[in-house]
Amino acid sequence: MISYEFDYTRPDTVEAALDLLDDDSKILAGGHSLIPALKLRLSAPGKLIDIARIPSLKGIKMDGNELVIGAAATHSDILESDLIKQHLPMFAEGAALIGDPMIRHKGTLGGSLAHADPSADWPAMVLAAEGTVVVQSKTGTRSISSDDFFTGFYSTALESGEIITEIRFPIPAEGTKMTYQKFVQPASRFAIVGCAALRHPDGTARVAFTGVADAPFRDTAVENAVGDWSEEALEAAVALTAQGMEFNVDHYASETYRHHLARVYCRKALKALLY
Amino acid sequence: METTQLSRNTNTSKIDCIRTVTFTINGQSTQLQLPPWVSLLDALRHHLHLTGTKKGCDHGQCGACTVMCDGKRILSCLTLAVSKDQSSITTIEGIADNGELHPLQKAFIEYDAFQCGYCTPGQICSAVGMMQEGKAQNRAEVQELMSGNLCRCGANSQIIDAIMEVYIPETHE
Repeated sequence: MISYEFDYTRPDTVEAALDLLDDDSKILAGGHSLIPALKLRLSAPGKLIDIARIPSLKGIKMDGNELVIGAAATHSDILESDLIKQHLPMFAEGAALIGDPMIRHKGTLGGSLAHADPSADWPAMVLAAEGTVVVQSKTGTRSISSDDFFTGFYSTALESGEIITEIRFPIPAEGTKMTYQKFVQPASRFAIVGCAALRHPDGTARVAFTGVADAPFRDTAVENAVGDWSEEALEAAVALTAQGMEFNVDHYASETYRHHLARVYCRKALKALLY
Repeated sequence: METTQLSRNTNTSKIDCIRTVTFTINGQSTQLQLPPWVSLLDALRHHLHLTGTKKGCDHGQCGACTVMCDGKRILSCLTLAVSKDQSSITTIEGIADNGELHPLQKAFIEYDAFQCGYCTPGQICSAVGMMQEGKAQNRAEVQELMSGNLCRCGANSQIIDAIMEVYIPETHE
């Protein structure tokens, strides 16, 4: 049960949702992070604005040379999408590792990004796939590069009065390889460490981690070290994993063990892109 | 279709926001007067007295509260009842067909797929969803796609046995 009282509205459009949005309200999509937070009183907004059924936020589509995922697309919508399987297979691979089927039927991509749990899977994948988060407010829309979106522990560049509407990805060139590898916490299925990696046909890479530090991050030292993807180059890249980071420490993993896991999952991800 | 109107005196709130929620529960159109903070699980159990659906962790980790909603298995504890206005919900009470147990219910009995029985309604609703999704090809995949439903008695292998008997009988020994 939720032990405090709040108001609830379910507007039909993003514009109507924006009209209702104020500092005392929270956006509700899948609710699989927000509702547990309400139950624990970690959050106590006066009003929830339910955007889960707004049709314009649900779709997955091509737009020119970009693939666009609506913010309220669920993990299972992404897992089932033929466009995703064709162009961003890492997202189907990663979605299948989120929680369990019931969670995947309700949790959303936009919700996961806005919540920015330091152990969530999507942020690493969105960083590796060069995602752009599109947000709307009453004054217009703006696009935030995923590189600038995650700013800290449960913190993002999202400002009050803004709603994530979609996440856009450049369609990877023919021959691009990508993978998401995760060391899973077996009860919650969150990532103790997750590594998303993408290899462009020219050999350049994007490598991002979740679960390692207070916010997901791209590891440019690893990206720059993969070179010719020889065994020596990859080992050198792996050795640079998460250098200088302040590691998460919890009852699942110490700083040393997390750093070790980050290197192991970096190696797994890079090796998965060899062939 | 018969319409049931049920209400309960929950209007002790400072916030005047009791909502009318209309949904189909186990094939029957049902209307409730609810404040927004009532979960679908509490609406089923406390307001409709459908106590087959269980509250385990109430935080989306155990799967005991699994129900089918518009053809998909969901966690009723992490769902606000008001958000499911106009939806169709099937709970364990609606799985049998006119008194004839669902094949999964029969298999759970045959395979002794429970001890305390607390997770069983969620397990069966989840297995109904898993079978409709039709993704699992073998026992390991059934196990993975049933991983959201925990059994703390240790009946898990019988639970998977029972599901396999119904879902892929030819591969099940």
